[in-house]
Amino acid sequence: MTSAKRQGPVRYIDRTREQYAGLGYEPYGWAHIEEPPPWTPVTKPLSESKIGVVATGGIYAEGHTAFNYKDDITYRAISSDADASDLRATHFAYDLTDAREDINCVFPIDALRQLEADGVIGGRADNFYTCMGGIYSQRRVRETLAPLFVERCLADEVDLVLLVPV
Amino acid sequence: MSSAHDITRAVNPPRAVYLDYPHGRTVGRPNEQELNREIVLHGLSAFHQLTEPGSMTHLPYHWSDTDDWKDRVMRPAPREDGASGEMEDDRVDRHPDPQYQLPSDAEAAAATHTGQDCLVCAGIDF
Repeated sequence: MTSAKRQGPVRYIDRTREQYAGLGYEPYGWAHIEEPPPWTPVTKPLSESKIGVVATGGIYAEGHTAFNYKDDITYRAISSDADASDLRATHFAYDLTDAREDINCVFPIDALRQLEADGVIGGRADNFYTCMGGIYSQRRVRETLAPLFVERCLADEVDLVLLVPV
Repeated sequence: MSSAHDITRAVNPPRAVYLDYPHGRTVGRPNEQELNREIVLHGLSAFHQLTEPGSMTHLPYHWSDTDDWKDRVMRPAPREDGASGEMEDDRVDRHPDPQYQLPSDAEAAAATHTGQDCLVCAGIDF
């Protein structure tokens, strides 16, 4: 028996270009960042590190206003003690089936609680942050939303931030 | 974390961990806590293991026995009439109003926000 041939990763940028062309639209202008990324060496052990999360899967908690699908640049703060069953997912650009069955697919709140309980990580931020993610304006993300996340994570004094896109 | 290799490569983050799963499963499968934990731990370990800015590591997991699912990603379903031609726009409409997962969520949100500003739903005029 031979193993199935594996393909490389899905080329989403090409497929989006093809999709837009097939629909008669101009190509979407993806962000391409050539310059080296900002870099901070990490020296503190994970077991002493406080972890924050920024997730873009449109996650909100019961009682929150849900995200809209039209360049929503708002964010939500979700207690890192929240019960996963009280969390919801709403988004226009990914299959929500599994996230709605178990939010941990796109928002690893249970895993991080467990890792803290086991002493693998030093702690969690009081709140994790979420946004819609499907925002077509790079400028609005860069100038408005991203600085808000930075401000909150700095105020939370986290050591590491796990960015979880969808 | 990433489940879109080319998009992540394009934005060039300091460090990235790639999971070859469909969108919407960036840190694992539903109700598989141990797998979820492993994947998250891979992501956290990368902060120390990836020492070259812009590095991306591939996690050793596959979504299924074959990669056939990739052939269907962002490919429109065949037209029911079997005709070829224009692609049907099967994308979700970009609604400008809050899109609740459950009808009861809208009621819960209204109850939370009635008569008060919410510090949690930052940036919203409610």
